[in-house]
Amino acid sequence: MTTGEKTLTPTSILEELKKLGVSHIVWLPDTESRFLYDAVASDPDIKLVPVCREGEAIPIAMGLILAGQKPVCMIQSTGFYESGDAVRGLALDVGLPLLIFIGYRGFKREGEIVDTAATYLEPILGAWGMEYHLVETDEDVGRISTAYSETQEKSKPVAVLIGAEYQQG
Amino acid sequence: MIPGIEALKVISRNQGDSVVITTETPYTVWDSISDRQEFHLPLINSMSKASSIGLGLALGRPDLKVQVVDSDGSLLMNLGSLVTIANMAPENFVHFVYQNNVYGLSGAQPLPGVGKFSFTGMAKAAGYANVFEFDELEEFALTLPEILEKRGPTLVCLMVEDSGPKPKIPPRMTKHAYPEVRDAIARTPKG
Repeated sequence: MTTGEKTLTPTSILEELKKLGVSHIVWLPDTESRFLYDAVASDPDIKLVPVCREGEAIPIAMGLILAGQKPVCMIQSTGFYESGDAVRGLALDVGLPLLIFIGYRGFKREGEIVDTAATYLEPILGAWGMEYHLVETDEDVGRISTAYSETQEKSKPVAVLIGAEYQQG
Repeated sequence: MIPGIEALKVISRNQGDSVVITTETPYTVWDSISDRQEFHLPLINSMSKASSIGLGLALGRPDLKVQVVDSDGSLLMNLGSLVTIANMAPENFVHFVYQNNVYGLSGAQPLPGVGKFSFTGMAKAAGYANVFEFDELEEFALTLPEILEKRGPTLVCLMVEDSGPKPKIPPRMTKHAYPEVRDAIARTPKG
């Protein structure tokens, strides 16, 4: 990292989540989100619910919403594919006001994207009619609040695609 | 073996103030044996997710008791949830497993591994606080009130056989029941 380079830090994401009153993060960590995981695990205000496979994350969040809580899910694109039936049968069919953070593995703003974990993501979100917002740097984190508002106003899941690896800070 | 409908009636009689989540064969009859529909979420068209929804609810409202009436085929699809639940250790969580050893709604095809696996063994190894297995109705009926007093998470495996006429699927779909249950929970004072 060079001085002045725009980065995505756990601090900015956590501040945005706290501003929204998020109560729980239902999460299966991935390599790109290591620093955010460390920050959340040591934060007293947001409870972490670790899962064994991503397909558990959406139903657990559904139960938390049923209880009046404000959870978000954090999974990688590969886990989003694995969660397909939960996205279909619960988040979309029931109409859950749920923010789903998806690690956009293999995403590149410039040049050819060769990782199929990235190439299929936006087409699949489009096929399911799911709206999404891309977050790459700290300057983008306001889009999280925009996405959250959409979940509440339209009572449906909205994705936040994390297009960069978190940096320490 | 316990007649399946009788096992469900015993659970229903002991529902008390609990929120119940049913899936697969149990959801097809629950509304006909329980008069607390506002505290019953039938999970239709989303096989395997009941235990995870129950965990989220139990974590979000630790003052409420949560009973998940799972099926064997459903839980086999989400075995990792046993570890996730045990790790979070909700004391207000009771996990019934309706084990008839077949995919009951799709033609009674046998499950893989029948006679080789044990849900109580897996739940105990995952870290559940209590595990029980019953194959006699009377013993189950007599013991259940005591089980429900224990601090969970608790798994109760019921070895059942289905008989009689094919149950009717209730008219309440998950997406219709969900807001009713959500609102009923919201109206319940936190204690």
